[in-house]
Amino acid sequence: MRGFEQHLNEFHQRGVEVVAISVDSPTESQKLCQSRGYTFPFLSDPKAETIRQYGVLHPKGGENGQDIARPAEFLVDASGTIRWANLTEDLRVRARPETVLAAIDRL
Amino acid sequence: MKRRRNILNWIGFAIVLVALVSYIPVFAVFPVTRDIPWANYLLFLIGGALIASGIRRAFRDPEHYRGKMSGSILAVVSALLFGFFVWGVTYFTRQIPSGATAVSVNQKAPPFVLVDAVGKQVSSADILKDRRGLLLVFYRGYW
Repeated sequence: MRGFEQHLNEFHQRGVEVVAISVDSPTESQKLCQSRGYTFPFLSDPKAETIRQYGVLHPKGGENGQDIARPAEFLVDASGTIRWANLTEDLRVRARPETVLAAIDRL
Repeated sequence: MKRRRNILNWIGFAIVLVALVSYIPVFAVFPVTRDIPWANYLLFLIGGALIASGIRRAFRDPEHYRGKMSGSILAVVSALLFGFFVWGVTYFTRQIPSGATAVSVNQKAPPFVLVDAVGKQVSSADILKDRRGLLLVFYRGYW
């Protein structure tokens, strides 16, 4: 998240909006954005409906056994087609902004 | 003759503790030290080497150096902490479902309408109306 925030201008220059999605409530997202200085939209999917549709559900992955999202990144083009995806196998290892920017430049 | 405190053992153990606790607040912040935690492995190595030389001199020169017992205990505790770290970064953080169920490249992205942090509705169709693309970053959240 921090990396995407730091490179946000480069995404916007390429006409790409960045949004984060989790099961967190808007209040929790607001707290997170304020404390970490994130300025792109953080969307709330409390019932994990969108998360399920994208096939990135982590059933009972939350601390109290809630269904949450596994980490994943998808690049969607203007026609609504997925053009690039990153499905990490390790929570610690997330897509680097440079990698995503390179994928955008290849579109 | 008064035997000296074996400071190498204690410095080594302090470095091992730093190696363990520094990953999340410091090294995981930067992708170069996050993806492969080499900086933490290096700290464990330095700490372990100091403890090893501390124990060596405690056994070779017990008339001058203390720390046979304390050094051995610190070495065992350090080995356990290192094992815990390795377990954390190679096993624990990999306990997530496979990515095979995810929508794949060239498929249609399921459209969505979700609320943002200030309660405003955001629709993927609206975003894509006047843009080249949209990057979706799914994350676990903080529940």
